[in-house]
Amino acid sequence: MHGGTKARESMDAWVRVSSLTYPRIGEDVWFNDRGLHMLTRKSFLKSGAAIASIAAASGVAPARSEAKKKFTLAWTIYVGWMPWPWAAENGIVKKWADKYGIEIDVVEVNDYSTSINQYTSGGFDALTITNMDTLAVPAVGGVDSTSIITGDYSNGNDAVILKDKTSFADIKGQSINIVQYSVSQYLLDRGLQLHGMTERDVKVVNTSDADMAAAYLTPEVTAVVTWNPIVEQIMQNKSAHNVFNSSQIPGEILDLVIVNTKTLNAHPEFAKALCGIWYETLGIMLADTDKAKAAQTEMGKLSGTDYAGFASQLATTHLFSDPANAADFTRGSSLITTMEYVRKFLFAQGLMGQGATSPDVVGIEFPGGHIMGDPKNVMFRFNADYMAMAAAKSL
Amino acid sequence: MRIINLHPGRRGARLLAAAPFVTVVVLYLIASAIRLAANPDDRLLPSIGKMVAAVKLMAFTQDMATGDYLMVSDTLASLQRLGEGLAIAISIAFVVGIAVGMVPYLRRMFVPFIAAFSMVPPLAILPILFIVAGIGEAAKVTLIVIGTAPYMIRDLFMRVEEMPKAQLIKAQTLGASSWQIALRVVVPQMLPRLIDSLRLSLGPAWIYLISAEAIAAQDGLGYRIFLVRRYFAMDIIIPYVLWITLLAFLFDILLRLLQRIAFPWFAGAKSQ
Repeated sequence: MHGGTKARESMDAWVRVSSLTYPRIGEDVWFNDRGLHMLTRKSFLKSGAAIASIAAASGVAPARSEAKKKFTLAWTIYVGWMPWPWAAENGIVKKWADKYGIEIDVVEVNDYSTSINQYTSGGFDALTITNMDTLAVPAVGGVDSTSIITGDYSNGNDAVILKDKTSFADIKGQSINIVQYSVSQYLLDRGLQLHGMTERDVKVVNTSDADMAAAYLTPEVTAVVTWNPIVEQIMQNKSAHNVFNSSQIPGEILDLVIVNTKTLNAHPEFAKALCGIWYETLGIMLADTDKAKAAQTEMGKLSGTDYAGFASQLATTHLFSDPANAADFTRGSSLITTMEYVRKFLFAQGLMGQGATSPDVVGIEFPGGHIMGDPKNVMFRFNADYMAMAAAKSL
Repeated sequence: MRIINLHPGRRGARLLAAAPFVTVVVLYLIASAIRLAANPDDRLLPSIGKMVAAVKLMAFTQDMATGDYLMVSDTLASLQRLGEGLAIAISIAFVVGIAVGMVPYLRRMFVPFIAAFSMVPPLAILPILFIVAGIGEAAKVTLIVIGTAPYMIRDLFMRVEEMPKAQLIKAQTLGASSWQIALRVVVPQMLPRLIDSLRLSLGPAWIYLISAEAIAAQDGLGYRIFLVRRYFAMDIIIPYVLWITLLAFLFDILLRLLQRIAFPWFAGAKSQ
């Protein structure tokens, strides 16, 4: 599900920053992989020379207002995350940041894996990410992270597609092209599990998401698992049959906003501002108004599609538009069951860290204090407090 | 004394050669220690111990699922692709390069085309490649061939053109046919140059191999790197990168040795 049209695996990932205070709208800032050099294209053109200002890995922009504490949220192109850049461009981010006396940079990373890796090495304070990847990368990597927004769950955005076959059972013995270790593989595993099979019954071939649609057109590819918008693209072929998708495991593939727990404890105002931004933006885009349509059109454009394309992806995404529902879901017992599936899957794939002897090595904390796994090594926390504040309008 | 005439002694030369390597390792160790002090599970710059453990796991422990030694099977898969790709590329380059270099009609016909074709970035036309070669082994080998052969062809026909015209004229006055000139005059002189060309193509060949394995694969060094990159396992990636570097370095040495042993006259010819 992550990725989308522009977010591809690339060896040198360049990061685009849509900053609030710097630069101004219409100016693009380019960060390199390590976030070291930063130069605006406009100033580059103006002066005819690279005016590079050194920015630290934490994304410190050139000094302007030293007093305000600055935070960064990194996002990648995905239907459930497009509200972030839209909110940044439409002043909502600035409004809430000002309210809490901080600065928030909303940073686009063009490759999902890179965004996670950079967050894990300390490059960003907050990140848009799935529940599974949070556990596999930052949490196992010793970066204590708290999920403050349960944004949406994939409700059909991820799918198992067979060529010329119409039932899931036909998958047995096939080679499956898939982005290995992604939520696609989780979906496949759950599907196999629900149909009394295991991964031993199939053969997986790791395939780059950027090339999945082209790979489907070749005769040797007969089964793929992928995410939108690639699913839609592949389903346009008459031979393609969607035999299993994430709407059959609702609430399991979750898209979150996580914040480094240390940062969160020191600056809860950052989380408050993020929650404020999020629910105000959802309120605008999901209303039945012309403004909502305009917002969705713009988000579609930002993600490389149009209104229709964006709306159809939105239809297979269950956005928690009401913060009260999001908080309830986060407090619910189904989340605990889901995380049990997720950690077992990761452990079976060897992704719970080198030498891990059980999925218990990392602790996951749920609202109310329930801890799954090692209570001395809690690295992933679900927090419903900020969503509850948004619901109570006390932000 | 001018600086260009100052030469280090034998020991000094060794020390100088080692210095940059040692510096890089020391810098890594310092940076890694700093990060590990802040977070013992840091993934960006893992400790040497962690990398050794990863190598043990990848190279000396049977994989639970497949029963293979992953690093070994990855290496064999990659080397097979690399070997096949380069063998095909060099065969094409050998035949086409010499033919185009020797025959004016072919030269007029193909030189501009090859020059243009060698500028096409192969990775940009991948979807077409998929349709033609599928996404299996053939596609990976084809990518290496497309990536390296045009360059080798150009290199070789330029070397043919560079040959002293006197040799060709002399052979003709002795009554040699075109075919005989090719076999007896041109080919023997081109073989060692082909090795040079191959040495220079090794770098690009590795790049295309890794790219191909990143796109769709079940094994291979590039496959593994791109796979574990998804969960930021630098403790596996760094040893793999060192291993690839070492392999490439060894091939370079082997090719140079082969050139020296098989064509002992060539070093002298080159220095003239």
